[in-house]
Amino acid sequence: MTAASLIVRTAARLLVPLLLLTSLVVLGRGHHEPGGGFIGGLVAAGGLALHGLAFGRTRTRRLLRIRPQTLIGAGLAVALGSALPSVLRNQPFGTASWVEVVGITLGTPLVFDFGVYLTVIGFAATLLDALEGA
Amino acid sequence: MTAVLVVLLVAAALAPVLHRLWRRGAAPILALVLAGAFGWFLSAVPVVASGGAAEWARPWVPALGVEIAFRLDGLGLLFALLITGLGSLVVLYAGRDLHGHPHLGRFLLYLVGFAGAMLGLVLADDLITLFVFWELTSVTSYLLIGFDHADERARRAALQALLVTGGGALALLCGLLLLGAAAGGTFRVSEIALAADAIRAHDAYGAILALVLLGAFTKSAQVPFHFWLPNAMAGPTPVSAYLHSATMVKAGVYLLARLDPVLGGTPAWTATLTLVGVVTMLTGAVLAVAQTDLKRLLAYSTITALGTLVSLLGLGFVASLVAATVFLLVHALYKGALFLVAGTVDHETGTRDVRELSGLRRTMPWTATAAALAGLSMAGLPPLFGFIGKELSYKAKLGSEELGVVLVITAVLANALTFVAAGRVALEPFAGARGPRGREPRWSMRLGPVVLGAAGLVLGLAPAIVADPLIAPAVQAVAGEPVPVELQLWYGAGPALALSVVTVALGVAGYLARERLRRAGEHVDALFGGFDRAYDRALAALVASCVWLAARLQSGSLRAYLRRVVATLIVVVLASLVATGTVEIGAVRFDGVDLPALALAALLASAALVAATARSALAAVTALGAVGFGTSLLYVWLGAPDVALAQLLTETLIVLIVLRVLSRLRGARVRPKRGRASDAALAAAVGAVVTVLLLAVLHLPFDRSVSDQLARASVPEGKGRNVVNVILVDFRALDTLGEITVVAVAALGAWALLGGVRRKGAA
Repeated sequence: MTAASLIVRTAARLLVPLLLLTSLVVLGRGHHEPGGGFIGGLVAAGGLALHGLAFGRTRTRRLLRIRPQTLIGAGLAVALGSALPSVLRNQPFGTASWVEVVGITLGTPLVFDFGVYLTVIGFAATLLDALEGA
Repeated sequence: MTAVLVVLLVAAALAPVLHRLWRRGAAPILALVLAGAFGWFLSAVPVVASGGAAEWARPWVPALGVEIAFRLDGLGLLFALLITGLGSLVVLYAGRDLHGHPHLGRFLLYLVGFAGAMLGLVLADDLITLFVFWELTSVTSYLLIGFDHADERARRAALQALLVTGGGALALLCGLLLLGAAAGGTFRVSEIALAADAIRAHDAYGAILALVLLGAFTKSAQVPFHFWLPNAMAGPTPVSAYLHSATMVKAGVYLLARLDPVLGGTPAWTATLTLVGVVTMLTGAVLAVAQTDLKRLLAYSTITALGTLVSLLGLGFVASLVAATVFLLVHALYKGALFLVAGTVDHETGTRDVRELSGLRRTMPWTATAAALAGLSMAGLPPLFGFIGKELSYKAKLGSEELGVVLVITAVLANALTFVAAGRVALEPFAGARGPRGREPRWSMRLGPVVLGAAGLVLGLAPAIVADPLIAPAVQAVAGEPVPVELQLWYGAGPALALSVVTVALGVAGYLARERLRRAGEHVDALFGGFDRAYDRALAALVASCVWLAARLQSGSLRAYLRRVVATLIVVVLASLVATGTVEIGAVRFDGVDLPALALAALLASAALVAATARSALAAVTALGAVGFGTSLLYVWLGAPDVALAQLLTETLIVLIVLRVLSRLRGARVRPKRGRASDAALAAAVGAVVTVLLLAVLHLPFDRSVSDQLARASVPEGKGRNVVNVILVDFRALDTLGEITVVAVAALGAWALLGGVRRKGAA
């Protein structure tokens, strides 16, 4: 891909961290407000897409540190792993478990949502990465 | 009993690790484990002989009545002793035979794993449990035949064995399911036996019998499915000795014996088993003498033995059941010994061709003795156990009123040819002038043949050792009633003895004319080679038809795929609308014009029109994006923020991805002119159909019970106020898991297609 304009690169420098942060916020608030792992993942993927557009595939890969395919696998593993407590407690597969930590309710559905988040990012990053390498 | 099974399977799983830690010790240790299992089953003999049966059952799929159930009775015990006893000797032998092989650990894993699977098969008291272990033996057999996977012949033989036995197993599964249904929904073998009369009178009896027999016949290499067994000799010799003579190929025979109380005794059963058994017996015998390769010769003689067993089971009266049970043990002992001898000869001299071998008795006295003992038993000469087996089967066949003469003549012929085969395997390599060099292998390779050969002699001299403790309970398990079993070398002069004399006379004459017999047999072999070629042709035809179908369905044109998908949608929706009968659309009411929604709809429609008519691909993509963004605005307006957000972001990504695709396709013809009219017609049709569908759906009263229920449960049970998210990650998390798996597979597939996975060697 040809080098992007200065405007795009400058904007990306500001927007990419913002988008990634936003994606985490969207992931976190999802249980009570609109949002969640799928939408959060898409926001983060948008950020990565912008990064790739501005700086090219090589630098996006460096930013990710791990291969996008690994992200997909990790996401699936996390989502599946969130069912582990239910298996250990001999409950029906995938029954949610909750703990209260300093006033915040945390549970396996959040872990599951994080798995969805990772899978979606990995999905988008894989496609964008593969498509750029012509 | 279950513990023994678990120990074996765990030992199998540990075999590769064990082999890595201690190369020399792995096989002897595993042999000891199997010997321990043998000891355990030996200690169970008195209990089982006195009528006791160990049982163990756990629910597995309770909703379907499926259990993991095991039961140890006489028949299972006889097989269990064969599996563990022979297994122990064979594993010990294999450790030496394949000494230094880099994948010996893997081999031991398969071999001991097979022992566990086979043990599970013969102990299973639930048809589904039995089937699972049945398949497991096929899989381990596949891995073992193809162990030398660099050899194309071994790979082909392994696949052939798997396809033939696996295909039969599919039929068997259908048969077992029908059998369970006919028995009133239980899969417990011991309970099904109680409903035997009802099953034999059941409408599905014919289908059950045919399907079960297909499974048993493919597994036990009955004509016309026999061809895979000689090819399976491509596997290492311990595999041939263990799986393909003594145990796995007897699984079909075991199943027939096990289901004899349920399915047996009908004219169809008797006729099919006797006919197939006799044909198989003769085919194997004729083809055996046509071979010069020791292992192939033994393989065909195994087919003979399997045919004999099936025909004896087909007769179904007590004397024939006793004969079958005794012969089963006889055959396992001598055939296991002879295979191991053949392996030793091959290992030491480098050839298995009987014409090149002679005089080995001088340098390999132990192996020669073992071969002689086993060969005499195979030939059916006194005072070996094989003689008793042959006498009993003659007596049984003489007892058949309708078919006596035919059965006896064929049996004499087959036994005489087996006599010749025994001579070629056990006498020819060891007798005569000094031939190729060879020396006695280590004790670990000598032990198996010697023990098995000696067992044939001991049991011949003192058959009472097994008569009451082993044979009688096994027969009882099939016959359903206590059966007196009297085994002795000398039954007195009678027709059976006369037949034996005739057999030996014919056999000796045949051995002297063995080369002439071989050439005659080769003509028959050429005739029967057709089965193997027919298998090849069938496989090639299957592949060709798949290639043809794939070429038709997967043209590679995205446009063709889309057309097909859209056309299918139209047909399916129309068909179901017609099937429902009257479609009430009703009057569409416009109470209060929703101006913003109307404006959005107009925007969407015009954007879609632009997308369809745009000249440049870029404009089309942008317009398509506008359609997507407009849709998400519509969602916002209608109060579905989650859906709107997801739609918005997805559209963004789609536009980005499609733009990248377009940049790759630069120069390619993106919008062909031809066929646009039919595209337009198809698009209009799908639009109309979906509109009608939506109007029809809207006309129906909306059932809120599910959505209300979920909305109410969201906070107390899902601890979240966003019901959409709670549904996604909690209430229906399994669905979401499935969906993200699809997402993952799609991404990896696209990645691979776009060149993410490079072939080795390519740049």
